[in-house]
Amino acid sequence: MNRPRGSQPAELGEPAGPGNATTATAATTTTATPSRARRRTAQAEPSVRRQLLAGALQRQGAAAVLVVVVAVAWVSLPRFGTLENLRDVALQSSFLAIIALGMTFVIITGGIDLSVGSVYALGGVLAAYGSKAGLLAAIGLPLVVCGLIGLVNGLLVARLNLAPFIVTLASLLFARGLLLALTAEGSTTYTIANPAVLALGRGTVLGLGLPVWLALILCGIGGVILQRTRFGETVFATGGAESSALLMGLPVARTKIIVYTASGALAGFAGTLTAAYLQSGVTVIGVGTELDAIAAVVIGGTLLTGGAGSILGTLVGVLLRNVIANIINQIGGLDSNFQSVISGALLLLVVVAQSLLARTRTTPRT
Amino acid sequence: MTATLTRSTADRAQIGEWAQRYGVYAAVVVLLLFNIAFTANFLSVANFRTQLVQAAPVVIVALGMALVIGTEGVDLSVGSIMALSAALVPLYLGYGAAVAVIVALVVGLLAGTFNGLLVARLGIQPIVATLALLVGGRGLALLIAGGQLVDVRDPALLFLGDGDVAGIPVVVLIAAVLAVLTGLVVAGTTFGRRLVAVGDNRVACILAGLPVRRVLVGVYAISGTLAALAGVLATARLGAGDPANTGLLFELSAITAVVVGGTPLSGGQVRILGTVAGALLMQLLRATLIKNNLPDSVAQMVQAVIIIVAVYAARDRSSR
Repeated sequence: MNRPRGSQPAELGEPAGPGNATTATAATTTTATPSRARRRTAQAEPSVRRQLLAGALQRQGAAAVLVVVVAVAWVSLPRFGTLENLRDVALQSSFLAIIALGMTFVIITGGIDLSVGSVYALGGVLAAYGSKAGLLAAIGLPLVVCGLIGLVNGLLVARLNLAPFIVTLASLLFARGLLLALTAEGSTTYTIANPAVLALGRGTVLGLGLPVWLALILCGIGGVILQRTRFGETVFATGGAESSALLMGLPVARTKIIVYTASGALAGFAGTLTAAYLQSGVTVIGVGTELDAIAAVVIGGTLLTGGAGSILGTLVGVLLRNVIANIINQIGGLDSNFQSVISGALLLLVVVAQSLLARTRTTPRT
Repeated sequence: MTATLTRSTADRAQIGEWAQRYGVYAAVVVLLLFNIAFTANFLSVANFRTQLVQAAPVVIVALGMALVIGTEGVDLSVGSIMALSAALVPLYLGYGAAVAVIVALVVGLLAGTFNGLLVARLGIQPIVATLALLVGGRGLALLIAGGQLVDVRDPALLFLGDGDVAGIPVVVLIAAVLAVLTGLVVAGTTFGRRLVAVGDNRVACILAGLPVRRVLVGVYAISGTLAALAGVLATARLGAGDPANTGLLFELSAITAVVVGGTPLSGGQVRILGTVAGALLMQLLRATLIKNNLPDSVAQMVQAVIIIVAVYAARDRSSR
């Protein structure tokens, strides 16, 4: 699997999906790829074209839907296109984007992290709790504690070979329990008075909220790590074909541990920003946020079977979710529960489309 | 009541095997003894009644989950299906309790069948296939109910929730009958044999010409129906349809009961008696913690640790 560096897609958002036959990461995605590459050099052009089309659909499908939805909303809803509203959508999206960033890495390794919703809420409470001791404690405490929860997830998944979904379901419970223990069973809410911490959530730079910039920077770094570094390659290889990655001597276990730790820490950081924005560590947030994050990642074209995906796709998924939520709010008279129904329907659509496009799996993974 | 296809096990793993097979019963006995010795007012009929009534919905959902896990799958949508039941029952109660219950069960059956078709026909991973319904199902239930808690006043339905037959709560009776039935299905029918075989080695089953797809669809359909029934019972017990909270995190409770009961997540085995014991164990554990004045937060954290320990004990040894 020797491939010239130059053939790698240039943009950070270019995922290595099926049909993107030029990258080694794509080669690990499907069992059919080696023969596909051979076929390509020989003949069978139509098959290649179909693969490319399928790949493009998977990569750009969500972006196309987003463009259409935004265009329709812009024309039909007078308030949608206002600067204020767009800023609001960006700010609301930034928290979920940070969580979904970590989730993207986890899902590309073939895992899943169901604990992020609880960890997110825990991060907010810890940030509010730590804000009395200053900005550093407000940021550091959630990062350390939530990172530790992620680390334990990673160790259990990578070292003991336990199923990711059950491990992280357990830590969903654990983090919620810890949150309740910290807040006297949810009866106290820590408020944030420290202006430096508050600025983290409410400050603006060049007209955009600070959380938006932080989310963009983190996603940029994440994209570069995923597409441009050895670690990123290992993440793809781990999810694409774990046994092959092991045989090649890649540090599969270490990669998984890092990915789960990062997911926990990022969820905790998103909690910090949310707490700073809400001016207190709200205890009841984050229920079901893991589902929002997973839905955004999958809608963005990342395969839940692992081995393919992109940060840009995830951002599109997050934006799509929040633009739809914004529209539902503005239409008025529509129940806010439409949001989860639409999310579920979109998720279903994407998953079915992916399975029809890829058609590679024969056995299920748990 | 276990159905195990032959699988070579190393000698040194035998202690682990024992822990996996009988650990849950031992733990239930230990907890019972502890409570009898240290917890005030534990040994009373009223208390046992309460414990059993509270465990019954988990048992019912866990029975379906055990079958799904036996096929190397998982059903994350059970909680949302329960919420759908909670929304539908009050809606159709005007036609009588029987109609309302049947509508809820049929919707559960359809939802389960839909999950099964995604898994069997499209080859989508079970987690993902059932995730869509987990995400959307509760929202749909809330839309149907208008986001409201709806009171239920039908005496026939309420009887399901807190009625007695021969001194035993109806809920407990239903759960017990279903457990026996499921046990018989697993141990004594072709379908039971096939579902275990599918979980053990799906490729071999396909090659052997077993109707793998039909078995998978059937298993998810059963799981959906049982979840819907649990939703009906929860609604009846509460005396109100509460789609916002009915079945919340029930998928976790059900999976826990199955896994604590010694069924490995890797499929190929179904332990019905273990599953029932697992559900009782988690209920007893929670009751013990609460009765000894430990807060809910600690109870949740202890549960989390126990889930991990149980999954570790029940992990697939053949792959190691």
